[in-house]
Amino acid sequence: MNSDFINNIGLTHYLVLAAMLFVTGMAGVLFRRNVIVLLMSIELMLNSVNLTFVAFSKFLGILDGHIMVFFVMTIAAAEAAVGLALAVTIFKRFNEVNIRFFEHLKG
Amino acid sequence: MNHSLLMALLILAPFVGFLINGTRYKKHSGNVAGSIATAAMVVSFVSAILLVLDVVAMPAESRRIAVTFFEWMAIDKFKVNAGFVVDQISSIMILVITGVGTLIHLFSIGYMHHDKGVAKYFAYLNLFIFNMLLLVLGDSLLVMFVGWEGVGLCSYLLIGFWFTDKEKAAAGMKAFITNRVGDAAFLLGMFVLFMTFGTLNFSELNALAPTTMESSWLGAVTLGTLFLFIGATGKSAQIPLYVWLPDAMAGPTPVSALIHAATMVTAGVYMIVRLNPLFIMAPNTMMVIAIIGAATAVLAATIGMTQWDIKKVLAYSTVSQLGYMFLACGVGAFGAAMFHLMTHAFFKALMFLGSGSVIHAMHEEQDIRKMGALKKYLPITHVTFFLGWLAIIGAPPFAGFFSKDEILAYTFNSPLGSPWLWAAGALGATLTAFYMTRLMALTFWGKSRVPSSVHPHESPAIMTIPLIVLAILSVIGGWIGIPHVIGEHLGHIPNVWEHWLHPMISPIPGWQAIDHTTEWTLMGVSVGLATVSAIVAYQFYVKSPEAPKKFVESIKPVYNLVYNKYFVDEAYFAGIINPLVNISKNTWYYIDVNFIDKMTYWAGDLMRGMGSMVRSTQTGNMQQYAMYIGIGIVVALSFVIMG
Amino acid sequence: MVLSSIVFLPLLFALIVAVWPKQSTLRPLALGLSLIEFLVSLGIFRHFNPASTGLQLVEKYTWIERFGIQYFMGIDGISLWLVLLTTFLTPIIILGSWSSITERVKGFHVALFILQTAMLGTFLAMDAIFFYVFWELSLVPMYFMVGIWGGARRIYATVKFFIYTMAGSVLMLVAIIYMMYLTQEATGTMSASLLDFYSLKIPFVGGTFFSLQTLLFFAFALAFAIKVPVFPLHTWLPDAHVEAPTPGSVILAGVMLKMGTYGFMRWVIPLFPEASEYWAWLFMLIGVVGIIYGALVAMVQPDVKKLVAYSSVSHMGYILLGLFTFNAYGMAGGLYQMLNHGISTGALFLLIGMIYERTHSREISKYGGLAGVLPIFTIAFFIITLSSIAVPMTNGFVGEFFILLGTFQAQPVFAYFAITGVVLGAVYMLWMFKRVFFGEKGELVKDEHHPLHDLNAREIAVLVPLIIMVFWMGLFPNHFLNYSKASIDFLVNNRSNYNLTIHPGDASSVQHAQGGN
Repeated sequence: MNSDFINNIGLTHYLVLAAMLFVTGMAGVLFRRNVIVLLMSIELMLNSVNLTFVAFSKFLGILDGHIMVFFVMTIAAAEAAVGLALAVTIFKRFNEVNIRFFEHLKG
Repeated sequence: MNHSLLMALLILAPFVGFLINGTRYKKHSGNVAGSIATAAMVVSFVSAILLVLDVVAMPAESRRIAVTFFEWMAIDKFKVNAGFVVDQISSIMILVITGVGTLIHLFSIGYMHHDKGVAKYFAYLNLFIFNMLLLVLGDSLLVMFVGWEGVGLCSYLLIGFWFTDKEKAAAGMKAFITNRVGDAAFLLGMFVLFMTFGTLNFSELNALAPTTMESSWLGAVTLGTLFLFIGATGKSAQIPLYVWLPDAMAGPTPVSALIHAATMVTAGVYMIVRLNPLFIMAPNTMMVIAIIGAATAVLAATIGMTQWDIKKVLAYSTVSQLGYMFLACGVGAFGAAMFHLMTHAFFKALMFLGSGSVIHAMHEEQDIRKMGALKKYLPITHVTFFLGWLAIIGAPPFAGFFSKDEILAYTFNSPLGSPWLWAAGALGATLTAFYMTRLMALTFWGKSRVPSSVHPHESPAIMTIPLIVLAILSVIGGWIGIPHVIGEHLGHIPNVWEHWLHPMISPIPGWQAIDHTTEWTLMGVSVGLATVSAIVAYQFYVKSPEAPKKFVESIKPVYNLVYNKYFVDEAYFAGIINPLVNISKNTWYYIDVNFIDKMTYWAGDLMRGMGSMVRSTQTGNMQQYAMYIGIGIVVALSFVIMG
Repeated sequence: MVLSSIVFLPLLFALIVAVWPKQSTLRPLALGLSLIEFLVSLGIFRHFNPASTGLQLVEKYTWIERFGIQYFMGIDGISLWLVLLTTFLTPIIILGSWSSITERVKGFHVALFILQTAMLGTFLAMDAIFFYVFWELSLVPMYFMVGIWGGARRIYATVKFFIYTMAGSVLMLVAIIYMMYLTQEATGTMSASLLDFYSLKIPFVGGTFFSLQTLLFFAFALAFAIKVPVFPLHTWLPDAHVEAPTPGSVILAGVMLKMGTYGFMRWVIPLFPEASEYWAWLFMLIGVVGIIYGALVAMVQPDVKKLVAYSSVSHMGYILLGLFTFNAYGMAGGLYQMLNHGISTGALFLLIGMIYERTHSREISKYGGLAGVLPIFTIAFFIITLSSIAVPMTNGFVGEFFILLGTFQAQPVFAYFAITGVVLGAVYMLWMFKRVFFGEKGELVKDEHHPLHDLNAREIAVLVPLIIMVFWMGLFPNHFLNYSKASIDFLVNNRSNYNLTIHPGDASSVQHAQGGN
């Protein structure tokens, strides 16, 4: 039963999981206020996409998805580094990591 | 000598003089500056004489020296050369300009001796001569126009010569702008003629002139000549643009003699004579010219009777005499107009210089109420002025007599003239005799009213010699145009003038030879009137100085009207200048700043209003923006998937 | 390569100036470079054939093949003198700004050289997009020039200037793109070449505003009309001039305004002949209104610079009037007047700048009696005034005369009204001259503690070339017009079917062209 379940896991399952992760991440980005949490949520979204890539790659039998994943991981690492650096700088400068505090784009 | 070279010398010598004195503008030595300028004039004068001698030597029908230096402008069919012509008409002008000009330069050396800007003065004077020569020598209307505007410019500079005085600077400006009004009409006249005849060259225009009279007011020839005549009213100070000339007396007195009496102001007459074959074919224009001329002659003479400033009297006299010349043109007596132009140049230059001598002697006093009995202090000035006086009132056999009577005879007899115009002319002559006698009486005769602080003295020789030369010319200048009716009684003296100009002057259509009785009668009447008028004035101002005052009291309102120059200046200010300035101010404030410029603001406000409608969505909250993006993606994707 | 080097040398110079290490030699360097540019531009005469009606010294390379956009430059009698005016004025401007620009000297000269490239490119580009690039590029350095080195309200003025011009330009861009589509429809391949635009037959319907040619005509005309500027789109000009630094005003009046009138001559009139003809009355009318309106408003200005700015509106009205006569007199007069205005108004702004440096005021009422204090300045100002009011023997007369003559031939009614400008021009200039130079000494002039000094050698050197040009162009207009005559006649005679060709002698440079058409 168990193994059957595992063997029967198809593309849909992966995609549903990825979508759930993506929505979770997006909700975090949209509604949380802490910059650190925001970055983590972005990470979550990226990884959900990675999951989608890998899933497609596996089921279609082509390597492109893997390549993209490595690419995304690299970008994500870089982004996290820059993002954290920004967060630290912002904290140092304003003693605050609440995103709502920064409303300079207000028209 | 080579004609091109002579022509270049004639024209450019004064220009070189201008350049030399112009670069020495800071120098104060009047003698050096004056010598340079006068030397330039002498070169010019000699070249003029040599050229005219060559013209005289030519056969009568082809007297003409034409020199073209270069092609000035050429576009499409429009071609104008820097070309210059000496012929019967322009040779008279160049002799007068350079001859009288030289004398006035000489006089100026004495008159302007103490002035700080003397080098500048002589530079302007030479520049004026240069432009005047361009005007009279130009072989086309456009080259003439160059000089035409150029002399106006020099007139502006010389009237405002003492520019620290606001009034004088304003007088210069007034002269230039009034002239510009005429110049604008002159331009229109050129356009009309060019569109009609395809050329602006004088000889071509005259050759192309129609052979029948044009009766329509809107015909090309009538319109063109009318516009040119409006141009002439500006330059030659005729109604309605004469107002600048009396104010122009703000300039140094020799300038008034040169520019505002002898040369520049006669440019309009010269232009009409130049184009006489065209003008004669436009009877409507001729009628306008004759009426304006006669009206100006009378109007200016009446004003002249009331003025107290010696130069203002002479200025109005000039306007009046110019009116005569236009009257002559208007009735077709172009030769007589040129004749009067020349004699007037002699005696009016003489009188202006004489007045300069007086003013010089009186320490810059110009009010004739403060003069009187100056003949014992200024004997030479008095004698020369006296001769000029005889010439201008038309006493035979002085110069003015011949030219004035020729004009009056033509006015009476020409099909274009009428007894009414003759009456106006005779009235003008009578008034002239009156105010000129008044001027003589108040200045030189009668009792002295000179303030005790002033010690009049005769001017130096450099000033009196030009006076003497001009006085001689004022006496004998008329003898080259002695009418047949007199000439035949004096041993058949030929009318040199008429023979000389004959090939250049179109005959008056329908002209009937004047019979001798009429001519004698007219002559007698005008001389008689002038004599009576002069005697009356003499009685008034020498014998019983109280009489004029009583007389004036009895006609106070009329006197005031005339004394204030009929309030023409005031009317121009109230009717044209002030409204124009007010309109401009209101245009600027209400239309430019508060309407047109505001419209651009409204356009900006409109954009801003549209922006503010969507502005509230820009909260500055990044997460909100991200949500918009998310919603946008969902909406877009759902379109893709559903669609 | 002649034209390319003329256009892009200033860009190179801008680079050189930007990296030049020594502040002290910056100005002489810039002056030297601009003189080199002037000499290079004189090199045009070595190749230019005045008898040819075609485009000469053509350079044509493919730039963006897919849209038929080319690097396409050429010169003819219409653009020749405008190019030379630009290169002639630049050294004068640099010398004239010697002491008036004291801050950010390097930036100023960089901006000036970039501006020069933009202006030259505008006059020489023969491809619509290429032209548009230069046209818009010219805004940027000018924006900074007014915004950085300008007067008190410089930001307001420069934003106004930028937005105003930009608003017109975008419409033109739309029209250009539309015309590129039209070439595709007509020939199958898209092209932005002006020569291909000329051969288009754009449908025209009279009596309505909404015909294709009329719409395109107005899209172009509006862009150029704002630049000229014609009444009633002129209100940016007085503000920009008053706030601009002296060199900015000179270049604005001297060259940039001509980009607008040049646009009418090169683009609007030959591209949309029927629409131009149909609407000529409108443009002649606004030309005449501009002449009178500009003169009247100039008359009552309390500020000299504003007076000259409004006089520009008046003078540019003459040019517009001349161009829309469609005859040789009006067109040649219009072209000549462009040069005249560049020289005389440029010189006026320089002169005003010189006196402003001494007194820090431009208010007419505070002056008076300057003639007694600054004789050389007065003489120079007077000569330029004469040119401005078109006294014969100065350049102004030739242009004004031919414009009025052409107008009289085309529409006498307009000539009767335009002629009042002859009088009004004298009124506002001479009245100003009287109040500034004559009369008793004004408060700024009689100040004992700060006596005014007459022009120094540098300032005289700035003015002398301009004064020489005033008389040269006035006395020998043929020296200049002979180079333009063929092109103008060709435009006048073939206006309804204008077909500018490449001068046969230039075949060699055309061989380089690839693709396109």
